[in-house]
Amino acid sequence: MRAPGSNAGVAAGDVLLAVENVSLRFGGVKAITDVSFDIRKGEIRAIIGPNGAGKTSMLNVINGFYHPQEGRITFKGRTRSRMRPYVAASQGIARTFQNVALFKGMTTLDNIMAGRTLKMKRGFFWQMLRHGPALAEEIEHRRQVEEIIDFLEIEHIRKVPVGRLPYGLQKRVELGRALAMEPELLLLDEPMAGMNLEEKEDMCRFILDVNNQFGTTIALIEHDMGVVMDLSDRVVVLEYGRKIADGVPDEVKRDQKVIDAYLGVAH
Amino acid sequence: MELLYNIFVGPFAEMARAPDLLVQTLWEGLVSGVLYALIALGFVLIFKASGVFNFAQGIMVVFAGLTLVGLYEAGVPAFLALLITIGVMFALAVCIERAVLRPLVNQPDIILFMATFGLTYFLIGFGELVFGGNPKVMIADELYLPKGAVDLPMFGGLVSLQKIDIAAAVIASAMVAGLAVFFQKTRIGRALRAVADSHKAALSVGISLNQIWVIVWFTAGIVALATGIMWGARSDVSFALQIIALKALPVLILGGFTSVPGAIVGGLIIGIGEKLGEFYFAPAILGSALGRGVESWLAYFIALAFLLFRPQGLFGEKIIERI
Amino acid sequence: MFYREAGQFKTTYAADMAVFPILQDKIGIAVIVAAAVLLPFLGAAGIVSPQTQNFLLQVVAIPFLIFSLASIGLNLLTGYTGLLSLGTAGFMGVGAYACYKLTTYFPGVNIIVWVLASGFFAAGIGVVFGLPSLRIKGFYLAVATLAAQFFLQWCFIRIPWLYNENASGAIEVPQRTLLGVPVTGPTATAETRYFVVLAIVAGLTWIASNLVHGRIGRSWMAVRDMDIAAELMGIKLFDTKLLAFAVSSFYCGVAGALLVFLWYGGAEPEVFSINQSFLILFMVIIGGLGSLVGSYFGAALIYILPIVLRLLPESLGIPIGGATIEHLTFMIVGALIIFFLIVEPHGLARLWQIGKQKLRTWPFPY
Repeated sequence: MRAPGSNAGVAAGDVLLAVENVSLRFGGVKAITDVSFDIRKGEIRAIIGPNGAGKTSMLNVINGFYHPQEGRITFKGRTRSRMRPYVAASQGIARTFQNVALFKGMTTLDNIMAGRTLKMKRGFFWQMLRHGPALAEEIEHRRQVEEIIDFLEIEHIRKVPVGRLPYGLQKRVELGRALAMEPELLLLDEPMAGMNLEEKEDMCRFILDVNNQFGTTIALIEHDMGVVMDLSDRVVVLEYGRKIADGVPDEVKRDQKVIDAYLGVAH
Repeated sequence: MELLYNIFVGPFAEMARAPDLLVQTLWEGLVSGVLYALIALGFVLIFKASGVFNFAQGIMVVFAGLTLVGLYEAGVPAFLALLITIGVMFALAVCIERAVLRPLVNQPDIILFMATFGLTYFLIGFGELVFGGNPKVMIADELYLPKGAVDLPMFGGLVSLQKIDIAAAVIASAMVAGLAVFFQKTRIGRALRAVADSHKAALSVGISLNQIWVIVWFTAGIVALATGIMWGARSDVSFALQIIALKALPVLILGGFTSVPGAIVGGLIIGIGEKLGEFYFAPAILGSALGRGVESWLAYFIALAFLLFRPQGLFGEKIIERI
Repeated sequence: MFYREAGQFKTTYAADMAVFPILQDKIGIAVIVAAAVLLPFLGAAGIVSPQTQNFLLQVVAIPFLIFSLASIGLNLLTGYTGLLSLGTAGFMGVGAYACYKLTTYFPGVNIIVWVLASGFFAAGIGVVFGLPSLRIKGFYLAVATLAAQFFLQWCFIRIPWLYNENASGAIEVPQRTLLGVPVTGPTATAETRYFVVLAIVAGLTWIASNLVHGRIGRSWMAVRDMDIAAELMGIKLFDTKLLAFAVSSFYCGVAGALLVFLWYGGAEPEVFSINQSFLILFMVIIGGLGSLVGSYFGAALIYILPIVLRLLPESLGIPIGGATIEHLTFMIVGALIIFFLIVEPHGLARLWQIGKQKLRTWPFPY
């Protein structure tokens, strides 16, 4: 698999995505209030915070599923306030979900192949015949998908409908589907929720490998502090939709506001 | 230009020209609206409590009407026949719960929806097998339902109101009021609302799902019987009614799937809109030759237009998609 | 023992991606195709009487194929893309009436061209009624398709231009020939019509199979299974749904044109009523949502069951009235739908798969 987006005009260490003064409301409910942070190319950026802090909403804003009322988002130097999710996807933002959102009726292979939809160019006519260029394209993508399957060690469940897989494997297939998009920015929403220790270790290894081998920038939400502190380069902390801390793990760990948010504070 | 005139001026000029006819048309619309609302009410009851979109409500109306008339024709006195029919609707509710709902617990909504298609077909076959496929005349006189018409002088003309229609409107209102009390004030009503919110949570506090389902389907059966009597008294009891009953769908879209008042308001809007369209707008826009029979599809288009602006219905809450 | 893939190693992705990867499946398909082609020659070979031959083609095989095609059309929309449609018969009607008008205006052009072209008209109408699917889902969308059903049927009744102002209000199919042989109209033999229908249905099935096994089919299923995730992966929901409506309506339109031109020989608007829509939906449910072979199974069960029910008491000497049989058919179909939804929501197609799985391990299942 080639390193995705290596030809984009953003060098390692530069800001890949900048979130500026974003606010998001649902009716009277404020989900996110005036949050700004950035994600640099090649880093693993964690977003943490207590339940209901607006972490998932933040990811939804980044990949265009929610439209913030205020603020700007700049990805690869292009600024936007509203865009459809498929535009975000075509610019190179991929995503996994808190509650696994796989295509339950399809096999592992088809799920990951579906992740390559954007890369497949042959039109309706060739698809109809499934010969010549369409078949060649299909085979080429199948080869690349098989590499992902190898990488994630899920060869044995290639042809199993994902609805029948155990939770841990479903999470892994979902990661595979996101990787198939060859993203520049990978958003992981609680990739280790509900896993046992062994599964968590596997998942950590995959995340680090993706980051190292393909240079993919990763933003992840996670509740397991041990995992967050070990994996991430920088951490942003949200509480009640506001940013309360931002920095390297050691800094954040000692921040009084973060400690208060997690342990509660006597008023 | 002429088209715009035909849409925005012509029909209204026509209405103003003969206000007595307009009142008559509105009344007709109101009455068919009440009947749509009655069918929709049966839908809402079942949808609220079991989350099932009951496609079979229309055939239940026909089935109830047929049973009543069939029993009477077999020599059973009218009111005894009514009682037995109520018993039959209860038996039907029990059978549906046993044979359809219980085995399909926890299936996706769409599967249950399709199961009610099967139920519809089964009841059509069963009804025709037992009572024959011919339309029957409702035993309105024997049930002491009023007949004849009241003529009201109005705007220099006569507006004629069928007494049976007035009775239908009164009975519908009474039923809605009764159901509202039942839902809000009684213990069973509270259990019903609990089940509607979450099957599992209701089970965990000791509410018997099976019992609730039987009660709800039985109540819907009673509503169906009342609808069958009213509708049958206006026209005939026939299987054609089952197609007309599909109009409860647009009614529900307007009113929202879980709102009893919504079903009523939606029914009235659709009923009146349909009649105004049929008598004023369609002839003006499409010409008198083509502009007939638009009643068959107008309701769906009204609902569709409405959906595009307010996907959650009149009384529904705004939907926020989560992931 | 005989149905087993042991020893068949796939060395290329192409082989692994084939629609029938197992040798025995390939043989099975070849046998079915051969049987279908040879069916009209049973009479000539003296195996069945000419009456039976005609019955088999006109009453069983031709309508079965046409309904299979319509089921495939609906299955692409409802089974693969998850969009429930109750307007199938309306779209079939568009195909039939479009074909009728086209062949009236251009009688010189081959009728088969027009049968296929009429599919595009149905596709166009299908897309128009699919537009609301951008904003509405589920039951709500069913109302949009009901609107299509009732509106289109109203058009077939009210617009005299559609049926060439015939006094009867019905379509009467004119005679058209292919290479000098009559294909439509009263003089066309059942054999000719059968071959035309078989060729079209087989060809369109092959195309449908190609579509659902490639990128487009995966997009459809992705939208069906989890539309939000599909959108976040770069699948354009609106385009995907509209494409499903277009392709589905194309299939239904062609099926409608075939129904009138190569089976009935004429049609009243009643042919395209809501009940027809329901029957085709039942074929899809019973056959299996999201399965092409299931569409054939469903069409076979729903269409051929009543025929068997009609013939069976007769041959057994049990006197049952025709009306009673019809009512019994309704009851059985209704009960079957409930039965399948309870026991096997994926329909006959899944039972078929389970059967094949059993066969693979037979006679040593452990």
